[in-house]
Amino acid sequence: MFEYIPNTPEDQREMLAAIGLSSLEELFADIPRRVLDKFEKVGLEPMSELEAKRLLGSIAHESLNPDEYVSFLGGGVYDHYIPSVVGHLIQRSEFFTTYTPYQAELSQGTLTWMFEFQTMICELTGMEVANASLYDGGSALAEAMLMAKNVTENKKFLVARSLNPNYRSVLDTYAWGADLEIEEILFGEDGRIDQEFIRQNLQGLGGVIVQNPNFFGVIEDLSRIKQMIGNAMLIVSANPISLGVLAPPGTYGTDIYVGEGQTLGVPMSFGGPLLGLFSTRMSYVRKMPGRLSGRTVDTEGKTGYVMALQTREQHIRRDKATSNICTNQALCALMATIYMSLLGRRRIRQLAELNLQKAHYLAAKLSRAKGFKVKFASPFFNEFVIETRKKPSSLLKKAQKEGFLGGIDLEPFGLLDGNNILLAVTEKRTKEEMDRFVKVLTH
Amino acid sequence: MPYPSEYRYSKEHEWVKLEGANARMGITDFAQHELGDVVYVELPKVGRKVKQHESFAVVESVKAASEVYAPVSGEVIEVNKKLENQPELINKSPHTEGWMVVLRIDTPKELDNLLTAADYEKHIGGK
Amino acid sequence: MSTIFEIGAEGRHGLRLPELDFDEKPIEELLSPELIRKEDPKLPEVSQIEVVRHYTKLSKMNYGVDDGIYPLGSCTMKYNPRINEETARLPQFAYAHPFQSEEFSQGCLQLMHELSQILCKIAGLDAITLQPVAGAHGELTGMLLIKKYFEKRGELQKRKKILLPDSAHGTNPASAAALGFEVVELKSNERGLVDLEALKAQVDETVAGLMITNPNTLGLFEEDILHITETIHDVGGFVYYDGANLNAIVGRARPGDMGVDIMHYNLHKTFTTPHGGGGPGAGPIAVVKTLAPYLPVPLINKSKKGDEYFFDCARPDSIGKIHSFYGNFGMLVRAYTYIRIMGDEGLRAISTNAVLNANYMLHRLKSVYKAPFDRVCKHEFVITSKGMNEHLRTLDIAKRLIDFGVHPSSIYFPLIVPEVMMVEPTETVSKKEMDYFVDALLQIAKEMKENPEILKSAPHVTPVKRLDDVRAAREPVLRA
Repeated sequence: MFEYIPNTPEDQREMLAAIGLSSLEELFADIPRRVLDKFEKVGLEPMSELEAKRLLGSIAHESLNPDEYVSFLGGGVYDHYIPSVVGHLIQRSEFFTTYTPYQAELSQGTLTWMFEFQTMICELTGMEVANASLYDGGSALAEAMLMAKNVTENKKFLVARSLNPNYRSVLDTYAWGADLEIEEILFGEDGRIDQEFIRQNLQGLGGVIVQNPNFFGVIEDLSRIKQMIGNAMLIVSANPISLGVLAPPGTYGTDIYVGEGQTLGVPMSFGGPLLGLFSTRMSYVRKMPGRLSGRTVDTEGKTGYVMALQTREQHIRRDKATSNICTNQALCALMATIYMSLLGRRRIRQLAELNLQKAHYLAAKLSRAKGFKVKFASPFFNEFVIETRKKPSSLLKKAQKEGFLGGIDLEPFGLLDGNNILLAVTEKRTKEEMDRFVKVLTH
Repeated sequence: MPYPSEYRYSKEHEWVKLEGANARMGITDFAQHELGDVVYVELPKVGRKVKQHESFAVVESVKAASEVYAPVSGEVIEVNKKLENQPELINKSPHTEGWMVVLRIDTPKELDNLLTAADYEKHIGGK
Repeated sequence: MSTIFEIGAEGRHGLRLPELDFDEKPIEELLSPELIRKEDPKLPEVSQIEVVRHYTKLSKMNYGVDDGIYPLGSCTMKYNPRINEETARLPQFAYAHPFQSEEFSQGCLQLMHELSQILCKIAGLDAITLQPVAGAHGELTGMLLIKKYFEKRGELQKRKKILLPDSAHGTNPASAAALGFEVVELKSNERGLVDLEALKAQVDETVAGLMITNPNTLGLFEEDILHITETIHDVGGFVYYDGANLNAIVGRARPGDMGVDIMHYNLHKTFTTPHGGGGPGAGPIAVVKTLAPYLPVPLINKSKKGDEYFFDCARPDSIGKIHSFYGNFGMLVRAYTYIRIMGDEGLRAISTNAVLNANYMLHRLKSVYKAPFDRVCKHEFVITSKGMNEHLRTLDIAKRLIDFGVHPSSIYFPLIVPEVMMVEPTETVSKKEMDYFVDALLQIAKEMKENPEILKSAPHVTPVKRLDDVRAAREPVLRA
């Protein structure tokens, strides 16, 4: 007997009798003997909930407790504050134990918040239509590339070298899989992409893929790209929090916006589940991957929501679908919806400005110390590269001992020469923490 | 709905109306009925050359996407732009206002492979 | 129902942020004007209580597993144990940063390593990646591995075809086609299984692989599975196993022992991680040794001395990454917790009871609804309303079921049975709940004869009546 399985032996006997079978094993008589005979157990005893809780607690204990550290880690996932309300609301089981809203009348809750989510992402990014989410920032970028290939029928993509290297690895995998060609746009001493390179490589171009702010935190000026590339697509990956203060991608000619929505109220969870954001122009909506909720009316004229434009999707189009994606990251998208509702129109800007101000405070303070220099002179948002005289690994180790997760050593990525650390500063960091951090690094 | 006797029909449920050297075509009443409310039509570009039986358009209902095959080989010389905003024309008037494409016929002999109205009705009678 | 945009008033907000604790710099000093946002995004302006009430209200317009039976075929809507939610929220897991050092991540890595080993044993396969975050993502990864293998052998030009039965999930053909494979559908035979003649006709050296779900989407076990996998192996192809239906065999039979080379798990189906309204899921894939070198980077490994876990990135033949980091770690914690609680005995009890329940429901229903394949099924089965009332469709039955306070089964899938309902009770329903659902369907069968109008106008008890999805498709309104 197991606590999750209601059947008692008596229930089982009753049901077997009704079916007309005499043993449970008869239910599996269609599995070849040779397969059944080879079966081996995993070697695990069942456990009580209490024991499992202790076990998981002891495994967890082998990792650091982030509550005891001050973090400057970024690089795609950020330590933002998550309001209490978010965690409480998403645990309402009508949200988290339901599935894809196939039966619209039983899923108006899900379909309504998806519609709200789509609207908020459009507002934040300045685009016309957003889907109800994809897996994560990296694979969303790959989906954007595949979509651009379908729209333009061109296979060549120019990808900024200043893209998050993990995203780049995902792009490379998908590009190889779909027989697409990637060429790299280098960055200059200012950390910004070489726009002239794009101008010289327009032949057969499917799209230009840029991150803004880029992996180094540098804000790009992309306002001239779209007119340069014409029908090829401008694909921009951007941290949605940055859009509280930075010009939204829709205002500078972006064809497809993608982003990592983890920053919008989703726990870091060792890098997953994350939240892939995706928005584009209405004229491309039928080529867009992912679920969409659409507004309509019921038989009595009352407003309601349904899954819209499903003929794009794999369960109908099969091998001709716009993407193979079935599920999205619904629950994480709900976290983001609630998060954006709480912040609202004004606080999203205030939040972005807090990030901006704090990152600049730390950058200025560090760069005044001997042996530390801000790598790029370009504008940045809440993340920047600091060049150090000492080895980053030893600096970071020292910081760790004093309770700091002191940023990402960029050496293994091979993108920059010399000693460099990528630092991210969110609204959670205080002046006192930053002062102490600088002290630890510089002494 | 009657099947005009001057039209020719494919087994895949397209109709063809000869207009000189050209063929106007669409999907049959039977096809639109099977599909249900048409919500979107994806038409080929003018100038595209197609072979007989090649898929060159898609008609979508809410929960199905159905390929449309060229009943004869030829070049697309006109498409029904009205369908962009009024896909329901295919439901309302499949054999006239809901036409999809005009093709300049390459090989008139291919018309011989198509069914007469009577044969087509027999063909769908079995379904 | 109002959206959040119609609630609230100008100037309201739901969260106070900390004030800056040093002198701020004028923003113009930090950013040049063309980089600055001109207009605020039109996000809602609502107080915290309004947010809480709005989303609470929305939640009440949903139906979840906790509300009652949810026999959505192919989706395995089973109970999501609450302990999983608690362990996944341990701060060392929930707030771990993916770039924190390995040294500080030993608990996370240990969990991933142990789960990897357990899942390999459950499948009877050799190596695994936990990186795919959904079943479809696992399929894509599996197809990438096959592609890489044949590229390495210089056979890519030749190996063009992926075979799959016409009963396959839509993600299967979509995943294969995304990588340029030619998708060949095999017709099912009259017993609902892969037609061996149709298979034979397609099998040659151009086959890269076969994708199969077993039991298949009709809930039937592919009895010839050993013959099928041998046939594919004979021409040098790979067999991909869609693990959506693992619930039917877990704890008693292993895909690896059937000759399967690659499989994905749906942790959100078999291993109780919540469906979340359509995700996040998790779709790890396990493979035979031959394909292990191509798995995505990084894998989770243990040092030779056995005292340290690490990210194994030095894998020159890897296809690369398919996710920004290491997959849906939070879901891995939940699945691990569940598997440890169940143990071997519990895993076996899953398939025993899931299959028993499905057969019990099928047995009670088949006297009234037609069962196109009337024999012992596995964890799910299909029935059809075809021929019961030509003016009514399966959709009408599903909508009427809602009036009985239950969630309808899957409808119109698989595509090969007309007017189909696909019922999967799972092991976590009681006999009483199944009887109630069956009785409702029997009652509806009566209504189909006596009172068809009540089906046409259903559902009657929901916040909205039947919705016009034609309008939503013809004039899409996708934002407020």
